[in-house]
Amino acid sequence: MTTASSAAAPLVAGTLIAEQASAQIATRTHQPVDLKLEVNGRRHRLAIDVRTSLLDALREHLAFTGTKKGCDLGQCGACTVLVGGRRVLSCLTLAVATRGPVTTIEGLTGSDDRLHPMQQAFIDHDAFQCGYCTPGQIMSAIGCVTEGHAESDADIREYMSGNLCRCAAYPNIVDAIKQAKPQMQEG
Amino acid sequence: MTAPLARIDGGVNTSVRHDSARGHLTGQALYVDDVPAPAGTLDAALVLSPHAHARIVSIDSSRALAYPGVVAVVTADDIPGKNDIAPIRTDEPALAQGVVLHEGQAVAAVAATSVAAARAAAKLVDVAYEPLPPVLSVEEALAREDYVCPPIAITRGDLDAGFAASAHRLTGEVSCGGQEHFYLEGQVAIATPGDSGDMHVLSSTQHPTEVQRGVAHLLGVPFAAVTSEVRRMGGAFGGKESQATSFAGIAALLAWKTKKPVKLRLPRDDDMRVTGKRHPFLIRWDVGCDPEGKILALDMILASESGHVADQTPAVLTRALCHADNCYWLPNVRLRGYPCRTNTVSNTAFRGFGGPQGMFGIEAVVDMIARTLKIPTDMVRAKNYYGVGQNDVTPYLMRVEDNLIDRVMEELDRAADLKAWRAAVDAFNAKSPVLKKGLATMPVKFGISFNKPTLNQAGALVHVYTDGSVLLSHGGTEMGQGLFIKVAQVVAETFQVDIGHVRLAATSTGKVPNTSPTAASSGSDLNGMAARDAALQIKARMGEVAAEHFGVEPSDIVFKANRVYAGNRSLSFAELAHMSWDKRVSLSAAGFYKTPKIHWDFATNTGRPFFYFTYGAAAAEVAIDTLTGETRVLRAELIEDCGRSLNPAIDLGQIEGAFVQGMGWLTCEELVWDEKGRLRTVGPSTYKIPGSRDVPPVFRARILEDAPNREDTIFHSKAVGEPPLMLAISVWLAIRDAVASLGPKGAVPQLDAPATPERVLMACEAMRAEEPGR
Repeated sequence: MTTASSAAAPLVAGTLIAEQASAQIATRTHQPVDLKLEVNGRRHRLAIDVRTSLLDALREHLAFTGTKKGCDLGQCGACTVLVGGRRVLSCLTLAVATRGPVTTIEGLTGSDDRLHPMQQAFIDHDAFQCGYCTPGQIMSAIGCVTEGHAESDADIREYMSGNLCRCAAYPNIVDAIKQAKPQMQEG
Repeated sequence: MTAPLARIDGGVNTSVRHDSARGHLTGQALYVDDVPAPAGTLDAALVLSPHAHARIVSIDSSRALAYPGVVAVVTADDIPGKNDIAPIRTDEPALAQGVVLHEGQAVAAVAATSVAAARAAAKLVDVAYEPLPPVLSVEEALAREDYVCPPIAITRGDLDAGFAASAHRLTGEVSCGGQEHFYLEGQVAIATPGDSGDMHVLSSTQHPTEVQRGVAHLLGVPFAAVTSEVRRMGGAFGGKESQATSFAGIAALLAWKTKKPVKLRLPRDDDMRVTGKRHPFLIRWDVGCDPEGKILALDMILASESGHVADQTPAVLTRALCHADNCYWLPNVRLRGYPCRTNTVSNTAFRGFGGPQGMFGIEAVVDMIARTLKIPTDMVRAKNYYGVGQNDVTPYLMRVEDNLIDRVMEELDRAADLKAWRAAVDAFNAKSPVLKKGLATMPVKFGISFNKPTLNQAGALVHVYTDGSVLLSHGGTEMGQGLFIKVAQVVAETFQVDIGHVRLAATSTGKVPNTSPTAASSGSDLNGMAARDAALQIKARMGEVAAEHFGVEPSDIVFKANRVYAGNRSLSFAELAHMSWDKRVSLSAAGFYKTPKIHWDFATNTGRPFFYFTYGAAAAEVAIDTLTGETRVLRAELIEDCGRSLNPAIDLGQIEGAFVQGMGWLTCEELVWDEKGRLRTVGPSTYKIPGSRDVPPVFRARILEDAPNREDTIFHSKAVGEPPLMLAISVWLAIRDAVASLGPKGAVPQLDAPATPERVLMACEAMRAEEPGR
């Protein structure tokens, strides 16, 4: 937000100029852009502010509120979704920059209401408490298995370390991933 | 056919899955931020103080109001009622008035048609400040005798006589840091104006009644005009006990001002800057003991860094003092608590609520005695444990009647073989010059009930419908601890219906009034009992209907496994429900419970504040790198007394989770304020909470078996939310043990908490310097 010229100008005036500039930019970028996004097998067309994160696009514009906003800083993992099968922090991804189909927690359950093996494993192992980090944990866990990073307990702990759980259900999450891994590979 | 032996699905003492399990795993469980907002809902943002202490000279909102999309800006002057949201005292404004007392204090709030507009406009509210000198350390506040409430003392016996009889007299000092709650779901509220001045508030709060009270105060309306509701929280840990009120209150104020629904959700960094945390404590002691380490006199001060207002501090400090004995008989004792005022966030409830800090203090004392006297810590502890029938009165004059200290320590030893474990650690250290291991145990005795007797009450509302389904409301809140499923199990057991027939309603002040916070581990004790009371009332009425139907005495009626029996004749529960309605019998009841036996004298700080104690024991092994200070917890063994557990799976999750959270408090979680009182650790990248790699690779938690609560609690279970957090003090003691292995026997490590690599390294350097010849 600070401009190069503000270094020479009085600070207050500099801030004022920067804020006015930012207000003008804000007004200008409020003009929505057209966007196509494939989420959970369905194509959506959106007209949104170009600065909208994938997380906000999912939550605020497409009502996929299963993906959670934990820190909005790319540091807690609660917003993890799959894009083209790879784990992505949706709070750090611009919606317009999303390349590939998006899978969220809502997209895991089949039309027959059958749970994904990872979801079932999280139930079987009580791998959650408050549930807020859980959608991100599950998406990340699926990524962890498909990347081939679930070969040992230590491996799982390492490759799941980007998903924080303040309730600390970590031991059960590791157990759940171990249960789901062979089932995912069969499926 | 008479009543069968069959059990219902999901009764008490079974590991039923969490009621929201499927919702959590499919993303369908709604938190406040997920609830579809009513049309026209405005978003809010806060204007926060950049100064730790300053006079507010003026506030000019004109530039903010001119920003596109902005509907209103409010300051303290806009509050129609009373600008006070204090939980205990009356000194806490929702919006700063005239003065700001910490960096990040809310000064004004903006409502706009989008979050982006509200946050951008918040930066355009021009506040002129005249900075004042802040008080930023507990030492400084202590020296100035500047407190947020009167100091508290608990004394017993004759200190002078105790010291005179002591062979050893030791003094020391230790401090423990604060702790950010870092609930994954941040603070959030949606306020919706209703008919004739009513206000509905959806708030992520552990204390809906306090939100109701706070909103009513701010708006100047009767409590009955405000309904506060919460279905679930994405974690709370004490951080939404009093802290949620200001956000709900500000949302309501803006809703009142704009006549539109208003949602306030804080960005994470603001959440961390604005909200209170666990109280850091500075603890100093003067202790006298006999040659075997038996404590004869203890004079201890516990100074809490309370922040700028009282908030929960009087209660936190009282609980700290009531746990500074932990498991030990202190014949001559003086405990003095100083609630120091600092220009920082208002420190508040956090899992354990002062208990961890009190226990941390006494364990530092015991560790010092053991090391100085060169006697194993567990041997010193055994000399000091509360007795059975003698030496069993706490400093606040409550008798310890349910002593399980020896039992949990014996069970721990049986599970972990402490002697062999110690030998293995010593053998490793003998061969390893740089990496050093440490091993320590930790016994815990934790008092259950709110210290303040008034709070130990609860209500519930149970409806049975004519199809036999049951709707359960109670005053407790669900934050992931499994309270809702436990109370549903109680109701299912009482009615003898499968748990699938019991539905759980969101907690609402409109259904159950005048509730206590869901805190102090008391949720299932209190609300389980209240729900059982309601269910028993309905069951008695239904029993009379069944007795009349079958032509028997009500005492002959048996509810069992979804049916109601009179000898060999029976009806389904649903048939009886329908029949009761047909006979114009009420199928709804309000239940109530108040904890018996408890009392507390606030003038002398004596009484029986706790209905019972819960016990636990842990052993932890750590390894430290003595050249970098890096620490790993390698193994932890835990045993926890849950009485007759209502739900063992839920309780095990609580035990493991609390331990890891306690580990975080004592090792990696460090809050850093700069010299101007600005919090510099405002995100998970700089404030490190335990992650998946920090859990000990060998980690076993057990529930103490065959230990029903001797008091008449809900199905003789015990509370579990907080007590296991203190088992993690074993980790801090184990790090001290590892550090001590560098020095001569008899040297005491100087290690405060959190034991960050920096502190561990400094403690290693200090310990090496104690070695003769260096």
